Amino acid sequence: MYRTKTGGLINRKKVLNFSFNGKNLKGLEGDTLSSALLGNGIHLVGRSFKYHRPRGIFTSGSEEPSALVQLDEKKFTEPNIRATTVKLFDGLVANSQNHFGSLSWDFMRINDYLSNFLSAGFYYKTFMWPKAFWEKVYEPIIRNAAGLGKLSKEPDPSIYDKGFLHCDLLVIGAGPSGLYSALIAARTGAKVIIVDEDFTLGGSLNGEKLEINGGLCTDWLGTILSELTSFKNVRLMPKTTLYGSFDHGIYGALEIRNYNSRDNLKKPRHILWKIYSKFSVLCTGALERSILFENNDLPGIMLSKSMRHYCNRWGVIPGQHISIYTNNDDGWETAKDLKEAGCNVICIIDQRPDINPPIKNIDYVLGRKIAKAYGNLRISSIKLDNGKIIKTDCLAVSGGFNPNLHLTCHQRGRPKWDELNHCFIPNNPPKNMSVIGAANGIFNYQDIFKDSKIKLTKILQNLGHKKVSIEEVKISNRVYKVSPFPKNIPEGKVWVDLQNDVTVKDIKLAVHEGFHSVELLKRYTTLGMATDQGKNSNVLGLSILSVIKNKPMDEVGTTIFRPPFTPVPIGAFAGRSRGKHFKPFRLTPSHNWAKSNNAVFVEAGNWLRAQWFPLKGEKTWRESVDREVIQTRTNVGICDVTTLGKIDIKGKDAGAFLNFVYANNFGKLPIGKVRYGLMLRDDGIAFDDGTTARFSENHFVMTTTTANAVTVFRHLEFCKQCLNPDWDVHLISTTDHWAQFAVAGPKSRKLLQEICDPKIDISNDKFPFMACGEINVLKGIPARLFRISFSGELAYEIAIPRRYADFFIKEISEIGKKYNLVPYGTEALGVMRIEKGHAAGNELNGQTTANNLGLGKMVSKLNDCIGNTMSEREELNKENTLKLVGFIPTNKNQSLVAGSHFIEKGQTENLENDQGWMSSVAFSPMLKHSIGLGYIIRGNQRYGEKVHAVNPLRKEIIEVEIHSPHFYDPEGELLRG
Amino acid sequence: MIIQHPDLGPRDSSEFVYKGDAELLFRPKRTENTDQKIFHDYLYLRNNPAGKHCELWYHEYGDRSWLVVTRDTTNHEILKVEHVEDYIKSYKAK
Repeated sequence: MYRTKTGGLINRKKVLNFSFNGKNLKGLEGDTLSSALLGNGIHLVGRSFKYHRPRGIFTSGSEEPSALVQLDEKKFTEPNIRATTVKLFDGLVANSQNHFGSLSWDFMRINDYLSNFLSAGFYYKTFMWPKAFWEKVYEPIIRNAAGLGKLSKEPDPSIYDKGFLHCDLLVIGAGPSGLYSALIAARTGAKVIIVDEDFTLGGSLNGEKLEINGGLCTDWLGTILSELTSFKNVRLMPKTTLYGSFDHGIYGALEIRNYNSRDNLKKPRHILWKIYSKFSVLCTGALERSILFENNDLPGIMLSKSMRHYCNRWGVIPGQHISIYTNNDDGWETAKDLKEAGCNVICIIDQRPDINPPIKNIDYVLGRKIAKAYGNLRISSIKLDNGKIIKTDCLAVSGGFNPNLHLTCHQRGRPKWDELNHCFIPNNPPKNMSVIGAANGIFNYQDIFKDSKIKLTKILQNLGHKKVSIEEVKISNRVYKVSPFPKNIPEGKVWVDLQNDVTVKDIKLAVHEGFHSVELLKRYTTLGMATDQGKNSNVLGLSILSVIKNKPMDEVGTTIFRPPFTPVPIGAFAGRSRGKHFKPFRLTPSHNWAKSNNAVFVEAGNWLRAQWFPLKGEKTWRESVDREVIQTRTNVGICDVTTLGKIDIKGKDAGAFLNFVYANNFGKLPIGKVRYGLMLRDDGIAFDDGTTARFSENHFVMTTTTANAVTVFRHLEFCKQCLNPDWDVHLISTTDHWAQFAVAGPKSRKLLQEICDPKIDISNDKFPFMACGEINVLKGIPARLFRISFSGELAYEIAIPRRYADFFIKEISEIGKKYNLVPYGTEALGVMRIEKGHAAGNELNGQTTANNLGLGKMVSKLNDCIGNTMSEREELNKENTLKLVGFIPTNKNQSLVAGSHFIEKGQTENLENDQGWMSSVAFSPMLKHSIGLGYIIRGNQRYGEKVHAVNPLRKEIIEVEIHSPHFYDPEGELLRG
Repeated sequence: MIIQHPDLGPRDSSEFVYKGDAELLFRPKRTENTDQKIFHDYLYLRNNPAGKHCELWYHEYGDRSWLVVTRDTTNHEILKVEHVEDYIKSYKAK
């Protein structure tokens, strides 16, 4: 007999089947998992975190510390789900957590008997020695024992989404004050959003037997909700937890669409909302706290208001011999409602000696405390401080209420202590937030409605809304008086924090060891951590600290509450950004063509680039890459280089601007010419490089590296808008508008001559190395041609409007067949640039200077440009500075490894003897051996010298010869030919 | 955070890129005998007050304007948002 015959917000005709620990059970529509368990007489639902003590359902809300279960199975499983927040559904499968053996016989219970050795800070004290034991012995044991539930270790099959909402007034909490406030706002026409974590709106009204305006409070609730639903300017959001309050009226909320993760797999299960509000009202009510006595954690012990709500809302009879322990009037309300529902309430113990009992038809004890509870897997009796034993199988505890003020603290608001009601109340909530009702420390219902009306009228007036009429609410009067915290500390195993197994003794020990401040106490004992964030335990812990330190609560203070209010699944934060949608990706204009040519793609920033193009029969990537290099160097190759940043620069001061942003001179660049440019940061470190072409007096086209396309553009806008606001310079990024291809190799000119407008002469005389021009190709496609070479070959880069790119690449490949044209990918591009000794991202790593790169002489001495002054710093120009050079293995069969460090032969391989590092390596198909680029001290003066390239990761040492960085065609004859 | 763009109205801070102290606007000019120390101070000695701070924000996912945002670093209250040009003018007028 665990349910009443009538009453409650459950549908007794609709039975739902579920299972707990493999046992098939029945619940009712409207149940939470916890009410359904209690409706089956099940209190024991889990084992505690550290001592594996049996734990029961302690609350009926999201603050639940103990009833954490593993929901569902296999890939659908979710750990640490609070049974109090899950709406029961047919087929629900739940299992208890954190036990080795069965729930009722847990092997790890031994920890409880060892508790003297596992007190506060035991990690820091116990696992210190011997040092080598940490990784091999302690950590595996701790990892195995730690945590509560288990992950499936499979991808989450659910979909999560994100959304944005805007409103004039955000109402947080749909209890009496929240709904009343929302109604006042709604009638003015203001755009209102009401969020509440519960699946049924109404807050405490759902679980109380109050009279409003002469009728049932649930009737009044129904009227309000139907009026609110009728407004177009109101959005009611049940199942939505406001988890964080952020700057400027921005809030984060988690909406649960499906409690059953197997429902609607194609629709989002949770939605993470970002809500922008002009003003918000916090109507989150108050949370009950416990009372400290020995074994106060036994299953069957529950907060008083929660027990009342289980009875009133879900028709649960929580025990057969119920007793109540209170220090305030609320415990008596529980006694009254339980008795009315037909429960057997055997006794109420009130700590206060001098009260007039509000109900008489009940056994009561005044002015006494509970000393200890007894029981194994469930409470069986209690002993009072006068020695009296009372047999009971269920105990409701009410230690008073704490305003649920977390969200007022997310921006560093610190609550203050209220001496009247012995609780912390909001002190300095965020701007544009008002706290109403019990959340503000107002515990009388009649006053709550008054508070709502006064505050809302003012808020709405300030937001510019008209005044509207609102009817008064008459509600049954309830008195709330609570006794202060006791001045003595209870002895024995007294639990403060049920979730983290923190006892009164732990707090005493922590303070004894010097962890006086609340923040240190929290970290040392873990008080108030994990999924419940100490919603029940924090203030209890502070009360102990206050006694030990003999300081008032206000001086003890609280720890800082931070988002999230309740746990938010990582999946909800990720939303749709998973797998290949983890970040957006960009396709090059020749992507489809490359795909149809069997390209292997690589991620380069957000871009997908062709890495190489394997032919049939090629077994390794090296075969393909070597072929692409050799064929380019003997015939002609083509590569999509659209990903390079392209910036159009125009204006009367464009030349002066380039002189300023590049370290080398650009002002005198002739029209129709391209120049290599090196950009420094203002601290003298190399930032980026590329080429810039001059098409007319006031028109330049810059290219940047792929990696820095965005940051260079941002930097140029800074140099223009912030440092030279008077200059006539206009910048536009054209990276996506121009497709660009490198056409390289001895036959590149012949190939291009076939596609160029025949009137255009691109002979070596008319279009020499570093020339540029605007031309047209393939019968009228406008194009820009640059004679620049990254490969070291006779080479061009040709840019065409993106929309023609697919046509262009198909046409040129067809025409190129007679020249043996080969498409090459980023690997061959990399090999050829290493063969030529060109620096790239590996070399421009944010630590190296123009001097290191061997480009020191390029840096302008005369004019003012970004970075030149600081590049002249003494430290950056020392005699033994690093220089970029090439490396060849002495034994040509050996492969060099990037990241190896250089050590003088005969010296020990340690940091002291470190002379530099290998930045890039490749197998050169032209030289038929491995080559590398790297930085080594005075490298440019040490050609021919042999040093060790040390790779401690693989315990490998390779003897290398220092070489010029130019391995292939060092005189650069090919590219000028 | 929400930044009141002088031309575009309230914009979410995620549209912006942060740079730092607005003193970066006043970069020294290199002359024939520039003291490196001036550049050192410009680059490394930035203001980082607890309280009112003028700082540079770039509306990268918007109109690409560099703005000077006056923000209280202790509570993120934004007191003023200006175009760089306007800020420089009023700064020089002082």
